[in-house]
Amino acid sequence: MMSKYVTGAVAALALGALATGGAYAQGTVKIGLIVSMTGQQASTGKQIKAAVDLYMKQHGDTVAGKKIEVILRDSGSVPDHTKRLAQELIVNDHVNIIAGFEITPAALVAAPLATKAKVVELVMAAGTSIITEKSPYIVRTSFTVPQSAVIIADWAAQNKIKKVVTIVSDYAPGYDAEKSFTERFKSHGGQILQAIRVPLANPDFAPFLQRAADAKPDAIYIFVPSGQGGTFMKQFTERGLDKAGIKLIGTGDVTDDDLLPGMGDAAIGTVTAHMYSADHQSAANKAYVAAFEKANHFRPNFMSVGGYDGMHLIYAALKKTKGKADAESLIAAMKGMKWESPRGPIEIDPQTRDIIQNIYIRKVEKKDGQLYNVEFETFKAVKDPVKAAKK
Amino acid sequence: MITILVDGIAYGMLLFVLAAGLAVTLGLMNFVNLAHGAFAMAGGYVTVVLVNRVGIPFFAGLPIAFLVSAAIGFVFERTLYVHVYSKNPLDQVLFTIGLVFMSVAAVDYVMGSSQVFVQIPNYLKGQFDVFGISIGRYRLLIIVLCGLLTVALQFILAKTRFGSRLRAAVDDSRVARGLGINVNWIFALTFAFGSGLAGLGGALGAEILGLDPTFPLKFMIYFLIVVTVGGTSSITGPFLASLLLGICDVAGKYYVPSLGAFVIYTIMIVVLIWRPQGLFSRVGSR
Repeated sequence: MMSKYVTGAVAALALGALATGGAYAQGTVKIGLIVSMTGQQASTGKQIKAAVDLYMKQHGDTVAGKKIEVILRDSGSVPDHTKRLAQELIVNDHVNIIAGFEITPAALVAAPLATKAKVVELVMAAGTSIITEKSPYIVRTSFTVPQSAVIIADWAAQNKIKKVVTIVSDYAPGYDAEKSFTERFKSHGGQILQAIRVPLANPDFAPFLQRAADAKPDAIYIFVPSGQGGTFMKQFTERGLDKAGIKLIGTGDVTDDDLLPGMGDAAIGTVTAHMYSADHQSAANKAYVAAFEKANHFRPNFMSVGGYDGMHLIYAALKKTKGKADAESLIAAMKGMKWESPRGPIEIDPQTRDIIQNIYIRKVEKKDGQLYNVEFETFKAVKDPVKAAKK
Repeated sequence: MITILVDGIAYGMLLFVLAAGLAVTLGLMNFVNLAHGAFAMAGGYVTVVLVNRVGIPFFAGLPIAFLVSAAIGFVFERTLYVHVYSKNPLDQVLFTIGLVFMSVAAVDYVMGSSQVFVQIPNYLKGQFDVFGISIGRYRLLIIVLCGLLTVALQFILAKTRFGSRLRAAVDDSRVARGLGINVNWIFALTFAFGSGLAGLGGALGAEILGLDPTFPLKFMIYFLIVVTVGGTSSITGPFLASLLLGICDVAGKYYVPSLGAFVIYTIMIVVLIWRPQGLFSRVGSR
C-alpha cells in the first residue's frame, strides 16, 4: 500500500517536473516546513517556526543567488498528515527540502518519500536514533535521545549515584532513553532497581512515583516527552521524594525551557543532560535568546535551536554548492559541515548525517527570579552512541 | 498501601466531580454532551488566570471557576444546546464533538498550547505523616471537598423540591409541564450546575492532571467510562464507579505497572458484559 503511494508520488513528480520545465532553474529554493502548529506537539512546532522566521529575518531570503521560500504546513501532530503533506509538497510545490518533523513517527513516515523523490529531509526535532538510517537523504540538526541518556549515566556514576529507578514513557524514544541509560549505567557498576514504563497518555504519575519511592533508590531517572515534565515534577515534590534525598536526573526534555518557568520551585535541583539551555553562556546564544524573545513572547527551547541550525545548514550548504539544490549535492555539502550554533560548536557527522555536539550537565536554578537550566559540566563532541556502537 | 488507597480515592473523587455533570445531563436529561470536558477546561483556565496572573487566593478561585463555567454552560444551553435536545443522539454527538474541537482551538489560540499549572498555596504542598503513612495534603483536600459536594448533590436531588421537579421533568416532561413545572428553566439550571461542577473539577484537577488545550479530548474517555460503568440513573452510581475506577487505576499502576494502563478498561469491559446497564443501575429503570 505504502509503496504504491510512493510510486504514484514519484510518477506524478516526474510528470510535474516535465510540465513545469525545470522550475528549479528559476532561482528559487523551496523548503517545505512540516511541523505541528496545533495538537499535542504544538509547542514544538511554534518554537521551530519562530526560529526559522528569526533566521530568515537575520540572514535575508537570498543565498547564493537563490531565493529561499519556506512553505509552512501544519501536521496537527498526526504522522499520517505529515506523510500526506510531504507528498503534496514534493509533488505539487516541487520543494527541494522537507523539514521539521517534531516526533519520530512523523520523521519515519516521510523517509521513503525523501528516498524515492530524491529530496532532502531535514529533521529539526525528532530524537530517536534510527531516523537517519531510514534514508540517505536524511540529515538531523536536533539531537538523539541516547546522546543525552548516555551522558547523564556517566555523570550519575561519577557522582556516587549507585541505585536508580528508571521511569520512561512507553514509546520509541522512551525505550531509547531507557536502554541507553541502563546499558551505560550498568557498565559503570550501577544498579537499576526497577524499570517502569508509563503510558504515553498518562494523566497521573502518582502510582508510578510511589512505586519508585518504595524501592528507595539514590536517584530516579526520568524521560517523558516534552510537555509532560511539569506534571511529573509537581508530583515528585508533592510526594516528598526530594526531601527523602532521592535525586531526579534525566535527559533535558523534562526541564524543557518552554515549560520550566511554569513548573515552579518544584523543579529546582533537577540534574539533566542535554544539548541546549537558554542559559548557555556564549555570545552567540545571548544574541540568539535576546533576538528570539524580542520577536516572540516566549523563551527559545532546545527544539528552536534545531530549527535555527537547520536553516543555517541549508544556507551554508547552498553557498557551498553555489546554489545547486538537488539532494545529492546538498547532502554532500552538508556532510562534515561545522559551525558555531547558539548551543555551542556542532558538526554534521559525515558518516551518519547525524549531529555531533556538546552535551551539557545542567541543574535547575533560580536566576533573577526565573528558573533556568544552568550548565556546569560539558562533555565535548558527543556522537550518537547507538550508531557509534554498531560499528 | 494506605497511601495508594488515599491516592486512589482522591483520583476517583476528582473523576467524579469532573464527570458528575455528565451523569446528570446524560442520565437525567438524556443528552449526550461530549463537550462536557470543555467546561472543565474552562474552569481550570479561569483559575489559572485568576490565581497566577491576577493574584486571587486559590480558595477564592475555586468558587469563581464554578460560577464562570456555570455561566458559560447556561448561555450555551439557552442559545445552542436547546436546539439539539430533541434531535437524535448522532446529531447530539456531532454537535458536541464540534464544540470540543472549537474549544480546543480557541484555548490554544488565547492561552497557548503548553501545559499550565495553578499555583497552589504552600500549605497545600507536601504530605502529612500519620503513623508512618504519608498522605498528600492536596489529595486530602480533594477528598474532603469532593466528599462534601457528593453529599450536597445527593441531598439536592433526593430531598429538595428542585430535585423532585427535575426528576419529574425528566421522567415525563409533558406531564411535568402540565403540572406547571417550568421544564426549560429546570433543564437550563441543571445544565449550568453540571457545567459548574465540571469547572470546579477542572480547577481542582489542574494540579494533578495538568491542564492544556487538549484536556477535553484527553479526559472525555474517562468521563464516559465513569458514566457507563456507574449507570446514569442516580448520583451514587457514578460516585461509586469513580471511586472503584480511581482506586483500581492507581493500584493497578502501582502493583503491575506494565499492565497498569489497561486496568481501567478491563474493568469497564467486564462490567459492561456483566451488567450492560451499568454497575449500580436499577434494572429496567428506564
